[in-house]
Amino acid sequence: MKKNLNGKVALIVAVLAVFVFGIFGVSWVPWPGQAPKPLIQAMTDRVHLGLDLRGGAHLILQVVVSEAISAETDNTVGRIQQDLKTANLSFSQVYKPDPAKPALIRVEGVTPGKGSDVRSLLETKYSTEYDVAGGGSDSSYTVTMKPPVVTALEKKTVQQAIETVRDRVDTLGVSEPVIQEYGLGDNQILVELPGVDNLDRVKSIIQSTARLEIHAVAGGPYKDEAEALASAGGVVPSDEELIQGSGTVGTGSESDSVWLLRRVSVVAGSDFRSADPGTDQNGRRNVRFTLTNVAGDKFYDYTSSNVGQSMAVVMGGRVREVATIQSAIRDSGEITGSFSPDEVEILSKMLRTGALPASLTYLEDRTVGASLGQDSIREGLTAAIVGVLVVMIFMLVYYKGSGINADLALFLNLVILLGFLGFTGATLTLPGIAGVILTIGMGVDSNVLIFERIREEVRAGKAASAAVDQGFAHAWVTIIDTHVTTIVSAAILFMFGSGPVKGFAVTLTFGLLANLFTAVYISRVIFDAHLNKLKPGDLVSI
Amino acid sequence: MELFRNVNVDWLGKKWYFLSFSLIFSVAGIISMCIHFAQIGSPVPLGVDFKGGTQVQAQFQQTPDTNRIRQAMDAAGIKDVRIQGYGPASNNEVLISLPEQQNEASLDEGQKQISDALQSRYGNPFKVRNTSVVGPTVGKQLERQALLATLYSMLGMLVYLWFRFQLIYGVAAVVACFHDTLITVGAFALTDQEISLTVIAAILTLVGYSMNDTIVVFDRIRENLRMSRRESLPDVVNRSINQTLSRTVLTSGLTFLTVLSLYIFGGEVLKGFSFALVVGILIGTYSSIAVAAPMLVAWQEWRARQGKVAALPAAKRARV
Repeated sequence: MKKNLNGKVALIVAVLAVFVFGIFGVSWVPWPGQAPKPLIQAMTDRVHLGLDLRGGAHLILQVVVSEAISAETDNTVGRIQQDLKTANLSFSQVYKPDPAKPALIRVEGVTPGKGSDVRSLLETKYSTEYDVAGGGSDSSYTVTMKPPVVTALEKKTVQQAIETVRDRVDTLGVSEPVIQEYGLGDNQILVELPGVDNLDRVKSIIQSTARLEIHAVAGGPYKDEAEALASAGGVVPSDEELIQGSGTVGTGSESDSVWLLRRVSVVAGSDFRSADPGTDQNGRRNVRFTLTNVAGDKFYDYTSSNVGQSMAVVMGGRVREVATIQSAIRDSGEITGSFSPDEVEILSKMLRTGALPASLTYLEDRTVGASLGQDSIREGLTAAIVGVLVVMIFMLVYYKGSGINADLALFLNLVILLGFLGFTGATLTLPGIAGVILTIGMGVDSNVLIFERIREEVRAGKAASAAVDQGFAHAWVTIIDTHVTTIVSAAILFMFGSGPVKGFAVTLTFGLLANLFTAVYISRVIFDAHLNKLKPGDLVSI
Repeated sequence: MELFRNVNVDWLGKKWYFLSFSLIFSVAGIISMCIHFAQIGSPVPLGVDFKGGTQVQAQFQQTPDTNRIRQAMDAAGIKDVRIQGYGPASNNEVLISLPEQQNEASLDEGQKQISDALQSRYGNPFKVRNTSVVGPTVGKQLERQALLATLYSMLGMLVYLWFRFQLIYGVAAVVACFHDTLITVGAFALTDQEISLTVIAAILTLVGYSMNDTIVVFDRIRENLRMSRRESLPDVVNRSINQTLSRTVLTSGLTFLTVLSLYIFGGEVLKGFSFALVVGILIGTYSSIAVAAPMLVAWQEWRARQGKVAALPAAKRARV
């Protein structure tokens, strides 16, 4: 009984056409008015190579989110102090007692009778984001940032850091960089830069916390920390901090100096609207900046009420410049200092692309040189080709005519697999190539299962087409079982693995899925086509 | 051409040979792992992924001299350097490693120092092919991920087999998998090879692959049990193994050949990965016959002795 295979053949051809398109796209076709791309290039446009094949750098950065929390609570400390003063409620101090707990603020020394007033003030103004507790016999209160707020702020910080890093990497002109969140909620960022093998300059640009802040000067310049501490009475007050300054700042001497600055900055980071390198009338390099309107108002208030006082420009954690306030400044100014051209350039870039909301530390850093990448491609391809040839030859020898069937199915399996990769934009890594090789071995398994069963049925005396039917029917269940278990393994690998391992999981999964189609459907159609030509009583070549 | 016509081996009868074979290799592996643990603090040499630290892969123009490299490092003040050859000697490649830095801020310096030291103090021109710097945080994360992945894999397999067959089949298969993993990791300890992330990936793949073989045998056992209820279980199991032998050896053989090709031609980067697969495929095939099937029979015989059941009830009807 001959089967009508036309529909099935058409389906197979259509599926293959779709996947060939997946591999090469259409840019290699000579459309009118467009020069066709060479095939290889068309393919590499769609199938991306991983870092281990292309060469490049892979970085994992930790966003130190506690800094962002700390900056926010510092701000709140300032506001609480202001609010209490305005309401005429006295207190001895508002501070953060524990550096390891940046979300915790204490208000201490409240006048005993005014406890409830303080509490209601704190609650009215801050209870959306903070939990207020305390008011016991020691007249102190704790104001703690609510955990959901902390988490939201952490997430926001990571996102902002990603944006900033992305902007900075863009300025480097790296092609196809990857910058994304990494890990399972650990506030980490993954950065992959293909083709980059000298990381030093890249790192300094990415990681630079060139935050520009202006702080009020509480005391200084001191020769060293000991002198600064002595003048403050042995202990640094909680609303001040010790910052080192560069040599010539303020003292005119070569050695570094130490300053006592107010911890909360007057203006910082996002208050800057723009910054450009320039030179002043004496030819010294400076940075010209403008502030946002809101920050400008704040700055005006501060400078107009502090004429004659000093303020310090802190950049990258060091005091860069100290100036005496001559008159009120609103929203534009200049920072002049002994900057190198590089420093001025980097500072402006940092200020333009925005400051990092928190500093970044390196957790992992891998670089693959391009030559190793090329060797890996060559070795991977060699192993793949040898593997494919060995399997194909074996199938021909062992299963004779049906071996051709299996080999054809294998070839189409690879085509569909590559098509999958092209469509999904998945990255091919070296373990990914290994996954392809494994797919070959395991894919042929399906054919062997079916063929062995067919042989058994033939031995039991069934006619050709019945044997083929039985072979496919019995083997189907086992094929599903074996493919599912391996795909489940691959899925787990994908979830828990890093880049190259993910590549392996992806090619293995796609390969096995494609195998379900080729080893069962396509093989069957080929058998049926062959059976159609057989006369009754003929044997299948197997 | 057909290799396995009318095979009729009494597999279960040989189970004591199999058991001793497995025991010898398992114990050898475990002893080797204990020795490693005593020497380096981990049962198997760990790659930089898990151990953390800095690793620089450098390729020299002329044959590198390990002693002179060490001298160069010492002269530059770099302590605790480990120098190993990498790959075939003709490659002239060397791996220079520094142990894990506790302080992540200084993570990067080691790499630069090594590079500078080689440049200025050792006259052999070189090219850095690959560098890895892994901080302690990431190292721990990766360890945790690898362990979780392995656990979930085995659990997933157990559940799947429980669903398709019966619990005892699942347990037997998982025990076989465990046996395979133990011997494969033991092989790494015995041959003093490093375990990296890709090796873990290979081992997880093996878990899936070993299941394949076991499932094929179990499928056949289930089919045969349904057809003949009067045959004793050991006979059914033997017959099932004999019937599937041809298929098992062939597919394992073919996959083995492709993986062997990977081991021989695939280059140094994948050596650990392909070694795990080569060993794993051999052991995985062996374990379906020598571990999973006998365990199934042993369990049933134990339950029969307890007077609970007469024969292994046919597994649940296959749902396709």
